[in-house]
Order: sequence, then C-alpha cells, then structure tokens
Amino acid sequence: MGAMPFEWIVAMRFLREGRMQSLLIVAGTTVGVAVIIFITALVNSLQASLAERTLSTQAHIVVRPPEDVPSRVVDPKTGVVIARVEPRAQRLRSIDQWERVFPELEKLDHVTAASPMVTGPAFALRGNANKSIALVGIDPDRFERIVKMEARIVAGRYRIGPGDAVIGVELASDLGASVGDRIRIQTADKADDIFLVTGIFDVGVKELNRRWVLVPLKTAQSLLNLPGGLTNIDLTVDDIFVAERVAQRIGASTGLLAESWMAINGQLLAAFNNQTMTTRLIRIFLVLIVALGIASVLVVSVVQKQKEIGILRAMGASPARIMGVFLIQGAVVGAIGAVAGSALATAMVRAASYVLKQEDGTALITGEIGAATYAFAAAVALATGLLAAIAPARRAAHLDPVQAIRA
Amino acid sequence: MSGEPPILELAGVRKAYNVGTPVEVEVLHGIDLRLERGEFAALIGPSGSGKSTLLNSIGLLERPTSGRILIAGLDIAELDEAGLTALRGRTIGFVFQFHHLLPAFTALENVMMPLVIDKGRPAPGMAERAEQLLRAVGLGDALHKKPAELSGGMQQRVAIARALAMSPPLVLADEPTGNLDTHTADDVFALMRRFNAEEGVAFLIVTHDPRLAERCDRRIELVDGRIVAGATV
Repeated sequence: MGAMPFEWIVAMRFLREGRMQSLLIVAGTTVGVAVIIFITALVNSLQASLAERTLSTQAHIVVRPPEDVPSRVVDPKTGVVIARVEPRAQRLRSIDQWERVFPELEKLDHVTAASPMVTGPAFALRGNANKSIALVGIDPDRFERIVKMEARIVAGRYRIGPGDAVIGVELASDLGASVGDRIRIQTADKADDIFLVTGIFDVGVKELNRRWVLVPLKTAQSLLNLPGGLTNIDLTVDDIFVAERVAQRIGASTGLLAESWMAINGQLLAAFNNQTMTTRLIRIFLVLIVALGIASVLVVSVVQKQKEIGILRAMGASPARIMGVFLIQGAVVGAIGAVAGSALATAMVRAASYVLKQEDGTALITGEIGAATYAFAAAVALATGLLAAIAPARRAAHLDPVQAIRA
Repeated sequence: MSGEPPILELAGVRKAYNVGTPVEVEVLHGIDLRLERGEFAALIGPSGSGKSTLLNSIGLLERPTSGRILIAGLDIAELDEAGLTALRGRTIGFVFQFHHLLPAFTALENVMMPLVIDKGRPAPGMAERAEQLLRAVGLGDALHKKPAELSGGMQQRVAIARALAMSPPLVLADEPTGNLDTHTADDVFALMRRFNAEEGVAFLIVTHDPRLAERCDRRIELVDGRIVAGATV
C-alpha cells in the first residue's frame, strides 16, 4: 500500500478500479482544458493578427496640438461678453516646443517608437491630372518604425531624400505616374515643388493608397508654411491595449491632444472586446461542462461504492475521511486533466499553426501559448475537480453505514 | 462489580424508527443485556425480531432512541460522532453475512485496512500483523488475491481476520455462516471459537442456525423486540 495517507490510498484505488469511468472523466477534463487553452490561443492570435493588419497603417497614439477653443473678451467691470474669438477653420498648427516634448514622449513607458510628422492637404498634379492628396512629411527611418513601409513598396524603393516622393498605387495610376516620373505638389497657398517618384507603395487601404504622398519632413514644413514645426507626433506602444492609458497620461502631463487608436477606432475596439467576451463565455461553459461531467461520474461512483463506504465507516473511518477520499478523486482527475490537456493543447496549436494559414501564407495561429494561459487552465481544472467533488463527497460522508452495508 | 466492567451492558434500550411520524414503529422494547469479556454468545430469534437492529445498536452503527449502552464501561451517550467512530474502530470488529470485503483491495490489504484507518496511514508492522492473521485463518497462500478470486468460505475467513486486526475485545458477527455450505460453515465457526479461546475475544453471533447456536456458550433469544431468554448468564 506504500505509505500514503488512508484517503489517498483509497481514492487512488477507487479511481483505478473504476478504470472506464476514470478514463472518461479524465478524457473529458483533458479535452475541456485543451479547448480552453486552444481557444484562448486562437483568439489571442486572431486579435493580434487583426490588430496587426488594422493598426499597421496607423499609429497607436497620435499626439496633436490642443484644439483651438473660442475665446471670449469680457468687460472686466460689467462682466459682459464684448466679443467672441472663433478659431480659424482649417488652420495648420504646430505642436508648441515639440523639441522639448519629443524626447519625453520617446522615453515614456510602453512607447517603442516616435515619429515626428507634418501633414497637410495639397494637390498632386501631372499633365492634366489634378488629385487632392495628404502631404505627409516624415523622417523615413522613424516613420518605418510606426508603419512598415519598406515591406509594402511594390515598385521602386522606400527612399525619401530631398526632392523625392513615395506615393500609393492608386494615386500612381490616377496620375499615370511610375517610378522615375516627376510630379508637382501644390498647396492651397499656391506653394509648389517638383518631386521625383522613387517608390510606390500598397498599404492595403485604398484611401491611403490614393491620398498619401510621403516626402521629407523639411520639404513638407516649408511647403505647408510651418518652418520647424510639427503637426503631429505618432507613437507606437508595445501592448496595443495600453494605448489609451498612455494617451491619457500624455494628455495630462503635456496638455497636448493625445488620441489612442482605441479612441479613434471605437468599432475595432468593440470588436476586440466582443471577441474577448466570447472567449470568456466559451471558457465559462466549458468549465461548467467539465464540472458537471466530473460531478456526475463521482455521484455515480458514490452510489456504486455505497457498500464499501459503509464497510470503511464500520471499520472506524470518520465521515471527514470518507469525504477526503472523494475530494481527492476530484482533485486527481482535475490535475491529470490539466497536465494532459496542456499537452494536448500544445499539440493542437502546433498542428493548427501548420494547417490554418492566412491568405498571405503566414500561420493564423502562432505556436506560442503564454505561461499565464497554462496556469489559468490548470487552476480551473483543479478547482473544478475539487468543487465538483464536494457534493458527491458530502453525500458519501453522510451515508448511513447501516443502509450502506445493506444496500 | 469486581475487576473490569463487562465488555457490553445494555439497560432499557429502545429503538424506534420514523419517530414522531404516523408510521412510527418501535423495534426494540427495552433491552437489558450484559456480555462479559471473553464470552461466546449466540443471538437467536425469528426474522423481524429485531436482531439486526440490536446488533447495529451494539455496533454503534445507530444510536438507540432511549436507554443506555455501555461499551467496556463507557456510556456511548457521552460520545459525539467522532468519538463513536473511534470507539467502534478500536473495540469492535465486524463480520457480516455477505463478507463485505473491499473488492479493490487484496486479502492482505483488507485485513490491514482497520489498522490503516486507525493510524491514518500504513506503518511498519501492519502488513506483518495482517499476514499473521491470514496465516492463522489458513489463508497464507492467498495474501495477494482480490476477494473476487476467493471462495465464499475464504472470503468469510478474510473478514474474520479483518475483524480481529485491531485486537478488539468484542466481535459482532451477523449471520457469519449464513451464506456457506455446512462444511465451510463448521470451519468458520471453529475459527471463531479458536480466537475466543486463544485471545479471549468476546463474540456475539447473530444466527438462524440452531445447530450453530447449540454450540455457543450462551444463547440470547430475541422475540418481537424483547429478550425472552439468556439475558444474563
């Protein structure tokens, strides 16, 4: 018998004796745990992939100068409003003292990249074609860390030196321009310049492919009449879901307007939240199903083992000991299910990473499962096993030994 | 009263079921009974006379509705459930009609079980004690067999060995030979007599078999919940 305590000896023997039942509940728990882990990994992967696609063309946080607000001139004696000063429409404004703010933003927790930008409306002209565009002045290396342009260049190169411009495929076809051609950019103030098209990109969003014209920061500053100024600073953070918190901190500490993708892209955030909610529901139902499975098998086991329980009671085993026997059975089933389920989930995720591919051929689901996911599933399985065993265990403990023996 | 108290003393024990309901029924109507240490007694009586109820009350498996039960001088009314369980484990061995062994455990483990329950876990010496008992009942070759691999008589001998594992001063046997052929029944009976003679264990044996009852030192006869003969020696 070894040297295990009485409860363990009997629990393990009961589990081994009812082999088929034990195998079934262990299998049920295993599958439950595996599905919990697998679904979690799948949803995390899908979210990451959706975020990757959607947020790949936009900054996680955009920092802008504060909105102009109407100001009022008040007569100090009477308190009567003498005049209201409305903000000027469509005026491009620069971030005050951005040279001081920029290094601070770069150093913030979670911020992994910062890109100074000047953007403003302009027209692109070539021959008879005249298209409304967004002139985007950037530092190409810094911008690359916000939006991966290099990988999205379909013709030419991602090279933006003085006098160079990189444009989208839609605009290129609208203008009939290709790499090596020249285009003219003109602003509303009639400032204009000629640019050499060095690269053509396709970021996967028609609107951006039609509107973005990437030029050097300095050129954009002078064309848009904002010498030395910045219209916005784009930031990338390491965890997309902290963006809003970081943005609020920036807003509070600098007085600038900081908007996270979550604030700008409410629908996307809602989609993410819905997915998370769905996963949570699936988890809850799985836990319930596993718990019911364990509980029902243990209840049947208590009924089947009535006679043995009566004998053990007659031999001096206390109700608490009998209860322990059944609690241990639940916990052991949960523990085995947790280990086997984790192994199964790992295999399933591995297999899925080969089978489930996105259109671009990359795996839909990454092979990584966080330690936290394993820990969660294991804790759930163990707790479920124990909780599910409580009712049958109490029933066993309170069995009348006389009835039990006669049964 | 001189020396040790009797192993068992009942005074005015009544047992009723469904107390307080319209179907209340009293099974034992005031039992007075004394059993001295080392006695070998038969409890006889027709079916429905309350033999099993009396045995279960003595075995501390159910409490009487009224009256006193003293086991080795200890009034069980003063014990809580845990105290009863402990007293039962240490002072009373059970042998049931249908041998009631644990099917998942070997003969040796079944005999060890009361010792394991008492100490909470297996300890050195327990297996030796169990083996010694099994050899004493002639099952030295069947130590590691499961109950299903043993004949009815062998199972009942394992049950007797188990009842004696804790060296209890009292063994209660409910129709211990009821399920066995005459020859095997004689074997089992002889075994109980031997333990009674050699170790001074008191036996109270419920039986239907007049042949068996004849061979006991004392016959206690129960009819309709009352002792009609043999209440005292």
